[in-house]
Amino acid sequence: MEAYLDNSATTICYEEVRDVVVKTMMEDYGNPSSMHMKGVESEKYMKEAASQIARTLKVGEKEIYFTSGGTESNNWALIGTALANQRTGKHIITTKIEHPAVSAPCEFLESQGFTVTRLGVDQEGKISLQELEEAITPETILISVMYVNNEIGTVQSIAEIGELIKKKNPKTYFHVDAIQAYGKYRILPKKMKIDMLSASGHKIHGPKGIGFLYISDKVKIFPYIYGGGQQKGMRSGTDNVSGAAGLGKAAEIVYRNMEKNVASMTELRQYFVKELEKLEQVVVHGPKGETCAPHIVSAAFVGVRSEVLLHTLEDRGIYVSAGSACSTHKRSGSPTLTAVGIPKEQMESTVRFSFCETTTKEELQYTLEVLKEVLPLLRRYARR
Amino acid sequence: MFKAFLVKYAEIGIKGKNRYMFEDALIRQMEYVLRGVEGTFHVSKEQGRIYVQTEGEFDYDEALEALKRVFGIAFICPVVIKEDEGFERLARDVLEYVDQMYEDKQKTFKVHVRRAKKTYPGTSMELNAKLGERILDTYPGMCVDVHEPDILLTIEIREKIYIYSESIPGPGGMPIGTNGKAMLLLSGGIDSPVAGYMIAKRGVKIDAVYFHAPPYTSERAKQKVVDLAKLVARYSGPINLHVVNFTDIQLYIYEKCPHEELTIIMRRYMMKIAEAIGKKTGCLGLITGESIGQVASQTVQSLAATNEVCTMPVFRPVIGFDKQEIVDISLKINTYETSIQPYEDCCTIFVAKHPVTKPNINAIKKSEMKLEEKIDEMLETAINTAEVIRVE
Repeated sequence: MEAYLDNSATTICYEEVRDVVVKTMMEDYGNPSSMHMKGVESEKYMKEAASQIARTLKVGEKEIYFTSGGTESNNWALIGTALANQRTGKHIITTKIEHPAVSAPCEFLESQGFTVTRLGVDQEGKISLQELEEAITPETILISVMYVNNEIGTVQSIAEIGELIKKKNPKTYFHVDAIQAYGKYRILPKKMKIDMLSASGHKIHGPKGIGFLYISDKVKIFPYIYGGGQQKGMRSGTDNVSGAAGLGKAAEIVYRNMEKNVASMTELRQYFVKELEKLEQVVVHGPKGETCAPHIVSAAFVGVRSEVLLHTLEDRGIYVSAGSACSTHKRSGSPTLTAVGIPKEQMESTVRFSFCETTTKEELQYTLEVLKEVLPLLRRYARR
Repeated sequence: MFKAFLVKYAEIGIKGKNRYMFEDALIRQMEYVLRGVEGTFHVSKEQGRIYVQTEGEFDYDEALEALKRVFGIAFICPVVIKEDEGFERLARDVLEYVDQMYEDKQKTFKVHVRRAKKTYPGTSMELNAKLGERILDTYPGMCVDVHEPDILLTIEIREKIYIYSESIPGPGGMPIGTNGKAMLLLSGGIDSPVAGYMIAKRGVKIDAVYFHAPPYTSERAKQKVVDLAKLVARYSGPINLHVVNFTDIQLYIYEKCPHEELTIIMRRYMMKIAEAIGKKTGCLGLITGESIGQVASQTVQSLAATNEVCTMPVFRPVIGFDKQEIVDISLKINTYETSIQPYEDCCTIFVAKHPVTKPNINAIKKSEMKLEEKIDEMLETAINTAEVIRVE
């Protein structure tokens, strides 16, 4: 049996997505910048994709910009607004549990003379609204908060945060990294006072190498990539028609069935967590119950190194990740797990399981069976 | 401008009656490295010299880089080839060659003509003088020095005319395959690929063995070793990499023996396995990247304890090197970047906080007695189930 439980790393493509990707490569392969018919035809795909996405967020389709993925969206949002608004102020607020695609650009901006405040989080990974309010000054130009944490599944109160920011300083922009949230929540930027929002294609059964950044038309932001003037001069480079068309299609499908799929994931998650907690020396991280994202389970298997458990499970056809897949290249402990106060011995043994809409109870049962079988064996040979 | 390379070899020249074997091995290895280069090359042996002739367009820099990786080559001379169209034409070709090669015409030189084609008019000495004169007339800043010239301009007259003056150093050493075969214990570290390179340099063909311990070591750690073997193979020619599954043996030792002796006992079994596989594949020695005192398992006492289990000679070419000296070579042969990728190898996974540094051989043997029940069978399984990856 195979159980792919690493859907927060990436997901399998929808068949309809594949079809439209192939069509834009083999039939309607024109360059939207061309003046002839082929160009016009392919331009329609770009417009359609933008409108499909805009409908899911209830924003204008002109406010959707395609990027190479979540990382570019985050980089652009942060660096683009920081540079464009530095005369207003040079203060940025973010959290201690952001993805490196947010934390690294923040470090870069710090090196360029900006000041960054990083809000701490409680044991469940949530920031304190009061602390946030206290941190906002007239100099604060940008606040970036991730919607769903990729490692432990914490969901921030985005609507309340948006409300609070605009009450304290209406000039402060609010950016949301929604890469793990898009497709799992009804996100309404206009209501939630979100000025910019990043999302990625391959986390919602779309293609890799495509993402979008929603930029409210009120935001003052510099382009991030300069060139031929595509996407209203804001993001140059030949339009990734196949990627955009695939992402648009994926967005449409994922939101068409969202309520039902999220309900099923939530139920599976509750079952899985309950069963995990019955095992000895297993600690499930993150928020309890339904306050957690429906698709992420992070747990420490004390006494077993996460890498070893990962490879053992892999051998049985179960795919998970150790911490966050994006950080396998680094040896240091995860900032998120550190920020929520997880002790070192648990950190080294933390594994993330992440679901998608097609995850089944059978897959989880199988995973639990395998865990029950291998954990005692692995613990016997734990490092002394 | 260059159409051929003349390759000069060093130590092979003194090998007497076996010389042809050395030359043939050198040619084989040259053909092997040139296969990966854009262009058509013919390697041939003529009157005690080895030539690389090219056909049509070829990538000069790549060809030169490839030849620089062939052990046994002392110097590589890029050669210009001209048609034999009489002396006047030859003189003009020589002047043009000097003009193109040397921007600064304030140099000393010597002309050295070899008349392989004995029907060519004049003697070598006469031709030397006549060509030298032409150069002096055309470029007044140049002058002759027959003892230590800046430029030794060689002109070989054969069916065609070969002109060369530059000697680019090769790697030295001896051609691969002229000195038997040895089994390299390849980990993912910095030292073992360097050790393999150094022994290959003396003409030894290389096989390699890697100890894989899934799930404790990952598929990526194994891929890293394959990548390292590929880099070594650029010099040594194809390598058969034997991937031994070591997990069961390692866990068995871990369970039965004192923890601080784990590494040393493990290494003893690694040597045994390497030797057994080596014997099956015709190896005559083992190669390790050990260096005295680098880690607990490489103290002189530890080396003695690991050495004790095998009868084959163990070659440790970096034994007296400091880490930085080894790193320098790994940078030169381009293995460093790959070696430092952070994947755990089987030597570090269960390592004790304070491993023994002066193992007592009798104590080790006594600990190994505890493994008697299953170890022979386990060793046999490990040897027989090793996966062989051919790395080129």
